[in-house]
Amino acid sequence: MNRINQKLQENKKLLSIYFTAGYPNLNDTVSIIHELEKSGVDMIEIGLPFSDPLADGPTIQESSTQAIENGMTTKLLFKQLADIRKTVQIPLIIMGYFNPMMQFGVEKFCQKCNEIGIDGLIIPDLPLEEYLSEYQSIFEKYNLKNVFLITPQTSNERIAEIDSVSDSFIYMVSTAAVTGSQSGFGNEQMHYFERISNLNLKNPQVIGFGINNNETFKQATLHQKGAIIGSAFIKFIANNPIDKIGEFVKNIR
Amino acid sequence: MSQFKVSEKGFYGKFGGAFIPEMLYPNVEELRTQYLSIIAELSFQEEYMYLLEQYVGRPTPLYFAKRLSEKYNTKIYLKREDLCHTGAHKVNNTIGQIILAKRLGKTRIIAETGAGQHGVATATVCALMGLKCIVYMGEIDIERQAPNVARMKMLGAEVRPATSGSKTLKDATNEAIRDWINNPTDTFYIIGSVVGPHPYPDMVAKFQSIISKEIKSQLQTQEGTEYPNYVIACVGGGSNAAGAFYEFLDDEQVGLIAVEAAGHGVDSGESAATSVLGKIGIIHGSRTLLMQTEDGQITEPYSISAGLDYPGVGPLHAHLNDIGRAEFIAITDEDAMKSGLEISKLEGIIPAIETAHAFAVLDKKQFKSTDIVVINLSGRGDKDLNTYINYFNF
Repeated sequence: MNRINQKLQENKKLLSIYFTAGYPNLNDTVSIIHELEKSGVDMIEIGLPFSDPLADGPTIQESSTQAIENGMTTKLLFKQLADIRKTVQIPLIIMGYFNPMMQFGVEKFCQKCNEIGIDGLIIPDLPLEEYLSEYQSIFEKYNLKNVFLITPQTSNERIAEIDSVSDSFIYMVSTAAVTGSQSGFGNEQMHYFERISNLNLKNPQVIGFGINNNETFKQATLHQKGAIIGSAFIKFIANNPIDKIGEFVKNIR
Repeated sequence: MSQFKVSEKGFYGKFGGAFIPEMLYPNVEELRTQYLSIIAELSFQEEYMYLLEQYVGRPTPLYFAKRLSEKYNTKIYLKREDLCHTGAHKVNNTIGQIILAKRLGKTRIIAETGAGQHGVATATVCALMGLKCIVYMGEIDIERQAPNVARMKMLGAEVRPATSGSKTLKDATNEAIRDWINNPTDTFYIIGSVVGPHPYPDMVAKFQSIISKEIKSQLQTQEGTEYPNYVIACVGGGSNAAGAFYEFLDDEQVGLIAVEAAGHGVDSGESAATSVLGKIGIIHGSRTLLMQTEDGQITEPYSISAGLDYPGVGPLHAHLNDIGRAEFIAITDEDAMKSGLEISKLEGIIPAIETAHAFAVLDKKQFKSTDIVVINLSGRGDKDLNTYINYFNF
């Protein structure tokens, strides 16, 4: 069984952390992953940096720009991750935009992910329709779970379609916003979390965007299976050494 | 069905589509399912045509350029989009989109701009309709296009600097898209060129197609034929070219020439000639040709003309290039500036530097004395006076 599906069966609320590969330093990738696992994080999203990340706010864009300047490339990321499964057990997901994957070659990209032991992909600008018509068979061939996003504006009909195509979890965007742009969840969001929970989807949901502390983590996991932290972690890692990651994680749980 | 018109799913051959984050899906889907029927409504057409005639000043003349024709020994007509209100063809599109926005019940308008022409055209129609207007513009472009920033402010628009990435047009577009993600219900995004996710490339081409419709009927009056031998237009994203080509796409006897900016030269590393330097990829929600690194990072183009300074090209043009329906020619800064000066002296018309690139084709390509050549004079050069002054040391 895919590591993501296994993890989703555990009887606990999941904490997933996103970081941009190659940031703050080019060769931090593996040590950040090790430290996150050691700190009890349940899943990791490794960000493949892109020059024009449309769905992200300034924090992730700046970390991406810096990572590219540091010399991060798709090839190098795969090289850094080549032996990661010798030491790391938790699910690893690559999150990135579609253009760099296209240039690498989508099939070759998926094959590489499979060799390394990547469990899934999150590609914000690869829409459901394109995935189904052109890429689903490739992803499945290499046992990669494609994680789709839904937002407060997504219709129930489309949520049902996304749920039927998904086979891991659904990434619930907490708010109509790019990443890293808010603080605290209000009534409107809590109602949305509950509304989606009441749909009784076959895939569990993990909430991202706007989670940055213990309070928001608890709010996000009241009705849902887990939460993803991105921008808040990027800000932390920009100002703290890697061996302090445990403190960041402890403050969230 | 024409092989040059967009498919139901939004593709021109292998180019186009809507590669957008899920956050934008409801907005784009609302537009996709409604734009054709709204545009087809009689009341829409009446309002659109009334404003084009009485506010923009259409039809624009198709002027036989006698002295230019003598010099190049061919029959050259100029489609005078420079005479449109606000000084360029851009307003044809913003008029159409603002009426559409109103009919969709939107109250807040956003736009991106590079040199400021589309920003001014958007701020203008927002003032006309009394709608709130926010224009994203790269921080670097704000510095180098101060007069257009002032025009937008006078027209009541808020100009927000794009401070991310390279701080130019592509980043202004990113910021506008982010704004749309953050404001998914009340906001309409007026895109300025035939780029972005479907249905934008088709919608903008349709609003600009008034250019080629008029060329056809005006040529019939003046030459007794609807069909020129060639239509020449400059291409950044490609909206004026899409408009000038649109009605001729299926008439293969009409040669279509798209002129890109070579900057300092196609091989100089400072160029915006996307058809030569671009590879297929995804930019701003569209699968098209774009300038990028081997690793798929979008690179910064260069041209002396801010309006051609875009790392991609509209998917229609990528398709026309791919199947050879249009000939793509790249013109350097130097040749464009020389042509801009030549047209000014020969015909008494100072063209925008974007448009000057189209004129430079006359020195690169031999036309027959009997050929009818229509050049789309997409904009006037007032906004470029500083660049002309600095370049020629007037």
